[in-house]
Amino acid sequence: MIRLDNLTKIFETKEGTTVAADHVNMEVQEGEICILLGPSGCGKTTSLKMVNRIVPPTSGRVFLGGKDTTDYDTITLRRQIGYVIQQIGLFPNMTIEDNIGVVPRMLGWDRQRTAKRALELLEMVALDPAIFLKRYPKELSGGQQQRVGVARALAADPPVLLMDEPFGAIDPINREIIQDEFLKMQKQLGKTILFVSHDIDEAVKMGDKIAIFRAGKLEQFDTPDNVLAHPANSFIADFVGGDRTLKRLRLLTVGEVMDAEPPRVKADDSLSSALQLMNDTDYDNLIVVGPRGRAQGVVYRSVAEGRQGLCNDHHSGLKATVRESDDLRTAVSQMFAHDLTWLPVVDDEGFYKGYITQRGITHTLGRTYRDAEQGA
Amino acid sequence: MVDNFDQIVMRTLEHISLVGVAIGLAILTGVPIGIAITQNEKAANIVLYVAAIMMTIPSIALFGIMIPVLSKVGHGIGYVPAVIAVLLYSQLPIIRNTYTAIHNVDPALREAARGMGMSSLQRLRMVEIPLAIPVIMGGVRSAVVMSIGIMAIAAYIGAGGLGTFISRGISQTDARQLITGAVAVSFLAIAADFFLVWLQSRLTPAGLKRA
Repeated sequence: MIRLDNLTKIFETKEGTTVAADHVNMEVQEGEICILLGPSGCGKTTSLKMVNRIVPPTSGRVFLGGKDTTDYDTITLRRQIGYVIQQIGLFPNMTIEDNIGVVPRMLGWDRQRTAKRALELLEMVALDPAIFLKRYPKELSGGQQQRVGVARALAADPPVLLMDEPFGAIDPINREIIQDEFLKMQKQLGKTILFVSHDIDEAVKMGDKIAIFRAGKLEQFDTPDNVLAHPANSFIADFVGGDRTLKRLRLLTVGEVMDAEPPRVKADDSLSSALQLMNDTDYDNLIVVGPRGRAQGVVYRSVAEGRQGLCNDHHSGLKATVRESDDLRTAVSQMFAHDLTWLPVVDDEGFYKGYITQRGITHTLGRTYRDAEQGA
Repeated sequence: MVDNFDQIVMRTLEHISLVGVAIGLAILTGVPIGIAITQNEKAANIVLYVAAIMMTIPSIALFGIMIPVLSKVGHGIGYVPAVIAVLLYSQLPIIRNTYTAIHNVDPALREAARGMGMSSLQRLRMVEIPLAIPVIMGGVRSAVVMSIGIMAIAAYIGAGGLGTFISRGISQTDARQLITGAVAVSFLAIAADFFLVWLQSRLTPAGLKRA
């Protein structure tokens, strides 16, 4: 757990005093990623750097796991906190193995344990130890270097990580990949993480919580969905963007919104029984499944009303399908691409799992607004 | 002929030992001073300014100044003033290069090192000095080449070395001795430079060399 208590930083410069962080209060629960978000100069980085005292606070306190960090000397404190910076900062004079081993060596681990840890961590960040252990930083691409940067921060297994725009300098394609890998890792590791970003999309993707700063003040501290659905003021509404509701699509999966037990017809069912089922269930089309439950096609109401015979002979092909684990953005994108208002949900083997509609998505996204209205 | 050759070898060794001791002491003083002044820009400016002024004093004058001073401890001429003079001249290139090299270490590396919980000494030992080595060695190289030349003049205060041939050549108007001394000094300077280039590449951390 990380708790900031009235944390304040005032810089004295020649031009006058700047309040970089103004009585910041927040609490990040164990195992959560909290994104510090805001435009440049808003105090997010300063707040982050006060946690490991790279920037000494003017006033206020930082608690880690309930303990006041002023009880530790600076060096002991920093060795318990993983630190990842945008410029990566791998030491060019050391091999990858030595870079990862810096903190373990300072903590007095023996050589064998340090070497084993470096190997383990490289595997965790998806770099082949056989290739990379003995290489030097300059032989690696930016994305590979930052993977090592993350591995190095995790070396002594600190409970807390501070990440200052860690993926900001990586090209967009690799950034997505490294973000996904990092989230997968975090699922196993359960670190408590403060993560600075200026990118709302990254914040929505990575954060369990988002803290939005402006001019040194913490303006809103909430879940990504609440920040997007209920921005606390017009500054935040502007900052998260006019398309903020679309961004919420990322936060929900198809599985959470779909009808998990939709009506269906078998290939050898007659069209008339299909029409009867449509009338009973209020569906305008039905997915045709094979003998073992694979989605094979779709029967439309217009076809069932106008013709006779078996579903097998009168169904149309499926233009698109989605998986349960896809986010709603993917589902909506597929719907728009194929001019559909519905999609069948299938698993990896093609078995029919559910049915998702635009109305269902609208309804789910709208729930929080209706709740807010009722509360008001 | 054989006699002459022996003499050249002896004077060369003398020259090397004078320069070697002076540079050794210059590294032991200059590198720590160069590192220390990275902590304070004002101090850095003053130290670098003083070291630069030192270099503008003609060597023959410096030797002259030291005679009365060092006579008090019985070393007015000879080995001691020669070493001290070269030590002083070598400070500027060594201090300046050390200062520049440490000062120019990427701030991101320094921040990463601090964030990982390195003390300032650990940061110096594990990161800053290894990265500064190539540039520091560059300073040592120019100091050595320069010192080999200056040390030739130290023959006038009885320090020995290859300058002996030159000073004798001038006073006896003996072109052969003069040229022998001059050529030997040049060769020594070139050889020393080659050696130091090799040493510099040996001391440069593998990760900094070109792939």
